[in-house]
Amino acid sequence: MRVSYNWLKEYVNINISPGELAEKLTMSGLEVDKLEYLAQEIENVVVGKILEVSSHPNAEKLFVCSVDVGNNVLQIVTGAPNIKKNITVPVALVGALLPNGIKIEKANFRGISSDGMLCSAEELKLDIPQNLQQEEPGILILGDDAVIGMSVTDYFGLDDYIFELELTPNRADCLSMINVAREVAVICGEKLRLPKINPEGIEGRFPFTVTIKDESLCNRYIALKIDKIKLGPSPRWMQERLLAGGMRPINNVVDVTNYVMLETGQPLHAFDFDKLVGNKIIVRRAKESETIVTLDGNLRKLDSEMLLIADDNGPVAIAGVMGGLDSEVTSQTRTVLLESAHFENMSVRKTARKLGLRSEASSRFEKGVDKEGALFAACRAFELLAGLTTDTSSGGKIDVYPVPWEAPIIGLRTARVNKILGVSLSTSKIKELLAKLNFRVTDETEDQLSYLIPSYRQDITREIDLIEEVARFYGYNNIEATLPYSEMRPEQKTPLQSLEEEIKNQAANLGLTEVVTYSFINPDFGDKLNLSSENAWVETIKMANPLSEEQSVMRTTLIPGLLSVCERNFNRRQKDLAIFEVGRVYLPTLTGILPQERLHFAALISGKFNPGWSWPVQNFDFYYLKGIIEKLIKGLMRKTPQFQPLVEKGIFHPMRSAVIFVGDRQIGAMGELHPKVQETFGLAQKVYLTHLDLQLMIELEKEKFYYQPIPKFPSVTRDMAILLSEEVSSLAIGEIIKKVGGDLVSSFELFDVYRGSQITKGYKSLAYGITYQGRSRTLTDKEVTEVHEKIREAIKNELKAEFR
Amino acid sequence: MPKEQLKKIAQEATAEFNNAKNREELEALRINYFGKKGALTQILRGMGKLSAEERPLIGKYANEIKEKLETILDNRLAVLKEEMQQLQLREERIDVTLPGINFFQGRKHPLTQVLDEIKNIFVTMGFSIAEGPEIELDYYNFEALNIPKNHPARDMQDSFYITDDILLRTHTSPVQIRVYEKMAPRLPVKIIAPGKVFRRDDDATHSPMFHQVEGFLIDENITFGDLKGTLLAFIKKIFGEDREIRLRPSYFPFTEPSAEVDVSCIICNGAGCRVCSNTGWLEILGSGMVHPKVLEMTGYDPEKVTGFAFGMGVERIAMLKYGIDDLRLLFDNDLRFLEQF
Repeated sequence: MRVSYNWLKEYVNINISPGELAEKLTMSGLEVDKLEYLAQEIENVVVGKILEVSSHPNAEKLFVCSVDVGNNVLQIVTGAPNIKKNITVPVALVGALLPNGIKIEKANFRGISSDGMLCSAEELKLDIPQNLQQEEPGILILGDDAVIGMSVTDYFGLDDYIFELELTPNRADCLSMINVAREVAVICGEKLRLPKINPEGIEGRFPFTVTIKDESLCNRYIALKIDKIKLGPSPRWMQERLLAGGMRPINNVVDVTNYVMLETGQPLHAFDFDKLVGNKIIVRRAKESETIVTLDGNLRKLDSEMLLIADDNGPVAIAGVMGGLDSEVTSQTRTVLLESAHFENMSVRKTARKLGLRSEASSRFEKGVDKEGALFAACRAFELLAGLTTDTSSGGKIDVYPVPWEAPIIGLRTARVNKILGVSLSTSKIKELLAKLNFRVTDETEDQLSYLIPSYRQDITREIDLIEEVARFYGYNNIEATLPYSEMRPEQKTPLQSLEEEIKNQAANLGLTEVVTYSFINPDFGDKLNLSSENAWVETIKMANPLSEEQSVMRTTLIPGLLSVCERNFNRRQKDLAIFEVGRVYLPTLTGILPQERLHFAALISGKFNPGWSWPVQNFDFYYLKGIIEKLIKGLMRKTPQFQPLVEKGIFHPMRSAVIFVGDRQIGAMGELHPKVQETFGLAQKVYLTHLDLQLMIELEKEKFYYQPIPKFPSVTRDMAILLSEEVSSLAIGEIIKKVGGDLVSSFELFDVYRGSQITKGYKSLAYGITYQGRSRTLTDKEVTEVHEKIREAIKNELKAEFR
Repeated sequence: MPKEQLKKIAQEATAEFNNAKNREELEALRINYFGKKGALTQILRGMGKLSAEERPLIGKYANEIKEKLETILDNRLAVLKEEMQQLQLREERIDVTLPGINFFQGRKHPLTQVLDEIKNIFVTMGFSIAEGPEIELDYYNFEALNIPKNHPARDMQDSFYITDDILLRTHTSPVQIRVYEKMAPRLPVKIIAPGKVFRRDDDATHSPMFHQVEGFLIDENITFGDLKGTLLAFIKKIFGEDREIRLRPSYFPFTEPSAEVDVSCIICNGAGCRVCSNTGWLEILGSGMVHPKVLEMTGYDPEKVTGFAFGMGVERIAMLKYGIDDLRLLFDNDLRFLEQF
């Protein structure tokens, strides 16, 4: 809502500066988003009269003018094609500032000096009242009322401030100058001055009927017949106020309806009375597929949810949204039927939405209009119109008001005020605070007040609403800040929240950087990821109204997000990355009525890590990622994960991927990105990925942990180089070492893997160091040799291994 | 005669010891004088030839000389050692300004870091953490929060719908309802609920997905003053002790009285700057007293139970804290950005 300071002053004396008022409005709940001084960007531009015009001697398209600016006659060069003698124009004097940032200086145009500049409407960035709008380009020609030497900003009524109010939905009443003025009156401690109206002036009947067919959607309809209209422009002051309020002047009839709407909040509509067929207005729902051509010239198809204003011939307006073209007021109009009605907000809202047609009127109806104010608005509009043209007179009034408003009476308990706000106000103090609002007290006891709520404050429906008013006028900032007294409870986090925090910390410590990607992804991800149609990820939840097709399904995996981050960083020459994300994925399988949400972890590494000038560069590969996963799981669960070759077709390289187990529970997978997927995403280098289901991890109990005594007896390490077929995984060797070595083996470590010319193709050589140690004594050389041999034998027999 | 000889040896040896350039030279000199064939050894050996009167005198003198020379030798050795070490230390000079090893170290996302901080502050104040579904029922997201269908407040939150009744939650407030329903009629309920929220908006200052933290406390005697106190404590912890807050009347369907909370501008300290649009204040969170209707609907008696609720945007706080001027950076995931945190 744009509120003009000058206009406000018509209703209330304002004893503070616009800046202070803005601050106080904001602090009382009417947030001023912007305070704008209309003339701010124009300085030193005055009205001048052209005394002489002559052609420039050295330039074909320029003119030299002598211009009377009141206290001086200046010589100014202009290129304006519409320049002529005796017109008044805006003159930017030397030193003037224009909205486009230009500062006017003394200039010389091909030998002729110029003491200023004549301005066009664009150069002044002005909203021009109708009568000054001109077809031909060039200088802005001012009206006869322009006084030579006066400031152009004064001429256009720009010495005004606009408060742009950002209204909360409960304060739709303030879509009205008068209701804003009520608040200003409270702020300034001044009396409100309402425009005086004379309702008797519109009394009288005329042969016409108004029928409301659907009282749930239309609760009041006032039809005012106004005779002897003469269409023309409205006066300058009205046009200026409309412009200040953000509306375009059109003609006196339309301008008056808009003016009164801005003033009272009541939207009005003017029909050409003679174009209404059958002397009647019917307020009814539209028939299915009924149509109307609205004022903007568009054919609108209606449905039975929409409320119409109709005559015998059919629709003449869409109730509360827009009038019809056929009954529009034109220069031929002699009689007007003025509508001041109350339409139900949800219905107007739905209709406006469906038609994609939002107007100043519909946005007011949507938010709620004061139906008690309809008569005031109608009367005010008539009187304004009658004031503009001498002949205009009232032709009578019809007011259909099936269920009149009953003002609610709301009790306000002093104790309740104090309990909610944490203050200790007396009943009389509360009464004093609310007195500013002009609500009538209907009953009063020592500890309770009852208020009659006026119709324009439809937001006040129960005690708590009044308590808010008390708080507002007491001042939120006068309420003392206290700390709540409340029973202490041990703080609680769910295991999943703790795990989420912990895994983020550990992942970051292990070198991964966290990313956050959108929860909705492109539905083509299944194809791009090479997923088979049976893959569980392919079934997604689709949004009904996504922003775009690319963001239209809820992710079932974090992988596409990570790959797009990878792609984006690669494109920006960030080739080395190690990233992770923790977030929910959404599965269509229902848990009750809602889809299932599971917390996942995923990581991606690619490129290399360079520790610096003195240390070898580490290439990110399968085993680097595997190490991270091992550390991560060990750190979180004190359990060692197992990795088994992955068989299913999908995003991973089939020979370089693994499923991750903890115990017998599969919690995720990892691997090198399938070359096909790598190509689809246009990634120039290899990428390694993993995903884990954190929900599954929670279900596994954390291993209870007890410390192991530090060994007292010396250990012996023996090496073993095993020649093994590529088909056999190293996991089997570890199992044999543990099984056969039993208590005697304290640890073992793979320290080398060799493939190459010295061994048979299809074989790999694995070198292990096995550490033997007795728990309660020093092992003899013989014992160690014996068990080492046993392990060797077992590996040889079970895995068909050879030894080097 | 031997005495003169000794004297001479002592003089020569002293000079030679003190002139020795390094340990090797000194060792050679030691052997020259004290070795089996050394000058001093020779003399001591020849003592047998001396007379009985001379022998003890010369013997004593020779021992004195020997001890003296040994001391000189030791001292010289110590000096040479020190010199050598100094030399070696000089040779071992490194450039301490060269960079240390660049550990493989990741970063948590700035939003996570800010969220952790927010959680820690409230946890210290005795709040527990709760979560709710991100895909939510219209009932919890709107209806139960006193926002019926077609309520104008729904204008503020254009939502992503899955079906007519299921949508991506537009705020973390539905967690309030879920927790109240679960807890009623137990008291107190003291919770913060962080999480992702979604609105159908995508431009320079709006992201379709963002993060909020909802906080609420209901009990028998919770007041608007308590709301102020709690938020003030929080703001001072997260933005510094110098910060002030101001509360402005506002509107949320599920709180009343409702308040918009501003913090004195963390950039200009309230003097007025570009970030605070010259007002000196930054809008930081929305809050209010839990609406009686919400309490009624979830099984609490609003005559007995009062409480406050607040909600804040994590992005907003992160942007203010780190001076991030473009929201989109937070979701762009450019490593050059993320690695700064």
